[in-house]
Amino acid sequence: MEKTLALVALFAALIAALGFLPAMMLPGGVPITAQSLGIMLCGTVLGAKRGALAVLLFLVVVALGVPALSGGRGGYGVFLGPSVGFLVGFPLTAFVAGLVVERWNAPVLYSAGVGAALGGMLVLYPLGALGWALMLGKSLSEVGVFLLGFVPGDLIKVVLAGFITRAIGQMRPSALLSRAG
Amino acid sequence: MLTLTSPYQTWAHHLPAAAKMAALAAWTVLLFHLATLLPLALTAAATLALPLSCGASFAVVSARMLRPLWPFILILALWHLWTRDLATGSVILLRLITAVTAANFVTMTTRLSDMIRVLARIAGPLALIGLPPKTFALAVALVIRFLPVMLQRMTQIRESFRARSLRRPGWRLFIPALLAALDDAECVAEALRARGGAG
Repeated sequence: MEKTLALVALFAALIAALGFLPAMMLPGGVPITAQSLGIMLCGTVLGAKRGALAVLLFLVVVALGVPALSGGRGGYGVFLGPSVGFLVGFPLTAFVAGLVVERWNAPVLYSAGVGAALGGMLVLYPLGALGWALMLGKSLSEVGVFLLGFVPGDLIKVVLAGFITRAIGQMRPSALLSRAG
Repeated sequence: MLTLTSPYQTWAHHLPAAAKMAALAAWTVLLFHLATLLPLALTAAATLALPLSCGASFAVVSARMLRPLWPFILILALWHLWTRDLATGSVILLRLITAVTAANFVTMTTRLSDMIRVLARIAGPLALIGLPPKTFALAVALVIRFLPVMLQRMTQIRESFRARSLRRPGWRLFIPALLAALDDAECVAEALRARGGAG
């Protein structure tokens, strides 16, 4: 109980801290926000349930007015803005990413990469687009085009999530809770 | 300053937090039901009067909090200029700006500790699925306490990387940061148990 509480709270704090980092620029000018990579990693490292809980707790703290969402955003306002779909999708991203690592017994590099791709793109994009469509009064096909802008950055994040999760599993196998059983 | 609560004491700071949060919920529902320009414009004017009533410097901070919306406002404006559907465009924009301003107003005038207290009360029913409100409030407090610790830890990791290399740490920051969070959680769990547990 205490272990779960501490893990969930500290990882929520870690996601929040990542929001204060400036976006990393890759060669070619593709911005990568540390925060969404952190959300994928929450799932692949902590596992489905604890990862999703950590992201939920992070969103609660953001709603309470801590400006911890990337770009210094916070408060209830972010849940009434156009990006609400992505916010709702974040816990699901961590859950799906964690579920894949838990259930699919492939080498961690692959299962974490695939999990991050399923959670961070396949699950998150439709929700994000739905949020945009509802809040901006557009149809899904009209806003869908804008999602394409995320694809290159997210593909890189998926690969990074795979490598980072594998590195953690190698350095401290017991710390990779998604594989701890 | 770690929260968005405004340090200027305004009249709205003295209202009970639960009332403000309930009013915000009702206001937002109303806002998303208005679909014509005139009532929406009146609602928007009433909402924008709230930060203005708290003084100029408060209103400036409130306006600055709308900054993340600018890209959306720009795209919407261009879109509706192009489709020549200005009425729909104005309705969507007004609704967006009003909703976010109202929500930010509550955020800026309510102390974090008051908000956590209200939240713990609302979360009461969660006890039925095994999450006592006390644990929930403790979790929120832990996040807020550990956020500066995590920030400091990440600065340390980055500085030690810079001391060893000319490159920027970039994604290499993640591995030590995750490991540190996992290790810290172990210590925090032990400390919680030593002080009587979380349940």
